[in-house]
Amino acid sequence: MANVALRKVVKKYDRTEAVRGIDLDIADKEFIVLVGPSGCGKSTTLRMIAGLEEVTDGEILIGGDLVNDVPPKDRDIAMVFQNYALYPHMTVYENMSFGLRLKKFPKAEIKSRVENAARILGINELLDRRPRQLSGGQRQRVAMGRAIVRNPKVFLFDEPLSNLDAKLRVQMRTEIKKVHQTVKTTTVYVTHDQVEAMTLADRVVVMNAGIIEQLGTPHELYHAPTTKFVAGFIGSPAMNFIDCDLVEAGGGGLSARLGNGLSFKVPPDRAARYKSHVGRKLIFGLRPEHITERRGDLRPDCQEFDATLDVVEPMGMETMVYFMIEDTEVCGRVNPSAAGRPGQPMRLVAELGNMHLIDPQTDAVI
Amino acid sequence: MALQAVAAEMPRLASHGSLARSRRWALITSYLFLILFAIFFLVPPYYQLVTATKTSEQISNQNTNPWLPALSAGQEGLNPGGANAGKADLAKIRRDSWLPAAVQGFMANVSQLMNNTDFPIYFRNSVIVTVCVVVITMVIAVPAAFSLGRMRFWGSGILATGVFLTYLVPDSLLFIPLFKVVGGLGLLNSYWGLVLVYPTLTLPFCTWIMIGYFQSIPKELDEAALIDGANHVQMLFKIFIPVALPGLIAATIFAFAVSWAAFVYPMAFIYSSDQLVLTAGTVTTLVKGDVYQWGMIMTAALIAATPPLVIYAFLMDYYIAGLTAGATKG
Repeated sequence: MANVALRKVVKKYDRTEAVRGIDLDIADKEFIVLVGPSGCGKSTTLRMIAGLEEVTDGEILIGGDLVNDVPPKDRDIAMVFQNYALYPHMTVYENMSFGLRLKKFPKAEIKSRVENAARILGINELLDRRPRQLSGGQRQRVAMGRAIVRNPKVFLFDEPLSNLDAKLRVQMRTEIKKVHQTVKTTTVYVTHDQVEAMTLADRVVVMNAGIIEQLGTPHELYHAPTTKFVAGFIGSPAMNFIDCDLVEAGGGGLSARLGNGLSFKVPPDRAARYKSHVGRKLIFGLRPEHITERRGDLRPDCQEFDATLDVVEPMGMETMVYFMIEDTEVCGRVNPSAAGRPGQPMRLVAELGNMHLIDPQTDAVI
Repeated sequence: MALQAVAAEMPRLASHGSLARSRRWALITSYLFLILFAIFFLVPPYYQLVTATKTSEQISNQNTNPWLPALSAGQEGLNPGGANAGKADLAKIRRDSWLPAAVQGFMANVSQLMNNTDFPIYFRNSVIVTVCVVVITMVIAVPAAFSLGRMRFWGSGILATGVFLTYLVPDSLLFIPLFKVVGGLGLLNSYWGLVLVYPTLTLPFCTWIMIGYFQSIPKELDEAALIDGANHVQMLFKIFIPVALPGLIAATIFAFAVSWAAFVYPMAFIYSSDQLVLTAGTVTTLVKGDVYQWGMIMTAALIAATPPLVIYAFLMDYYIAGLTAGATKG
């Protein structure tokens, strides 16, 4: 059990900078997820914590000790790889006990640890098999078992579910969360799947182009993104971004003029925050789930508007509707029974209490 | 309506039929060529086998078909009244023996070879040389391939290519300079000279095969081992060698076949009978001037070909088997 700290960590390959100065404090027993698009430096960061990549600049501390020059085996970490990386010529038992055998643990201790881990993961009956006789999900469990038996200070997961099919992925996600609740070890988990990030993490680190865009709980990232990147990356379908002019409306209020003659009133409690940006061209952001059909009385922070639907996508539980505002395609999420037909107008409600305004120059959420 | 449906169905049926037909033709052609090639490659060993069952008299007799084994000792082809040498062989082929004449002929050749020539010494020397060469090759090639293929260091890429380039120099060019080297070391006319020289043929290629095999092992496997606490030696012996076993066996078979069948070097470096190996020995002792003892030459070649044949047959499964299956996503 230990905390992990990254201080201004930089990783350079020849000329390119994969990681550009990261500061991160991971508390003991915390489950941290690094998420971002491919090439954002999340895997490199994880591999530096593991000791598989050298740190170009900065410091990495595990349990308060500087580990920059400590080899992986002495860092007391365990890692689960995307492609499992099981030793093909060894049985499951031998795979799980390999690290302990190298460290010359007594046989009885090894046996009890392996059996305990196998019980947690439900793979007791597989201990005599070889990896090629296992399914993808079982192999992933063995890879996790190999990490658990070591009883390390930190668990590192490098996109462990990417090779599994959709259904199994959801199942294993729950499994990983359960394992973390049982063994309570500091965990750093890398994924490009924002749903995985949101469901697993205590705190999520959103990375982009080698830097941390935002660090926060899943709730914070969803409701209060600080940059356009985070606002667009978290949530599916992605947040709608529409160019707008912020103008003064009558009575001291503000409104965002979107084009097509459509103009949304900014809720009064936000007016003070946006006041200094009046007259500027900004980006208006609103998630699809906040564009719905009218449900009961219109709340004060909601505003009705008309749109002509281009595409209607039934999803079962809800229906996605797509329409144009000026040149921008906008997505809304409505009740299936309320959805209109393509080409027909529909009356929609925008929940402006959840709107965001983004400065196009800095990409920062105002 | 129904007519239309039939009409629509027609072209699809036709194309389906031509697909099956073209597949059938492809199969027929493949079989035809496979059979042709099989015949092409099996004729020499067959001829070798047939000849090995005959005595010199039977071979030189113009009245018999050289492609067929001798049917019986008493047939007209045997020419028992002939005044030539080889009466001893003939005497061994008894008219009343229950064994077929072909088997008797073969036995006669074998016993001649074993009792009246230095063939057993050649065989022993070949075994000694080959075993030593295979061991030396593998002991050097495996760690070399591991370090060249897996541990990135300055110049490792150039070195790996260099290793392969040395393989491209043919032994018919190398044997003259190597003659000087072996002579300088005082190992001329000793099979230990061959043990020293053969690895120049086997090592580059075996290293190259093993580099390929080691590189095909996913990188995550050594990273997992690294995190599990293995050092490089443990990684090599506990992970890489077992996982690359098919490659290791392929390389071993190659080293074996090369040093068992090498001809130029023993021909050039060895001249006394007690140091000769099978390949050069058979030719130098069984061909005296212009006298070819074909029966014995073929028998010797047959016996010499047996160990590689046995090794191929037993290790072939390993050779082919993909042990790496299941290591990673597959």
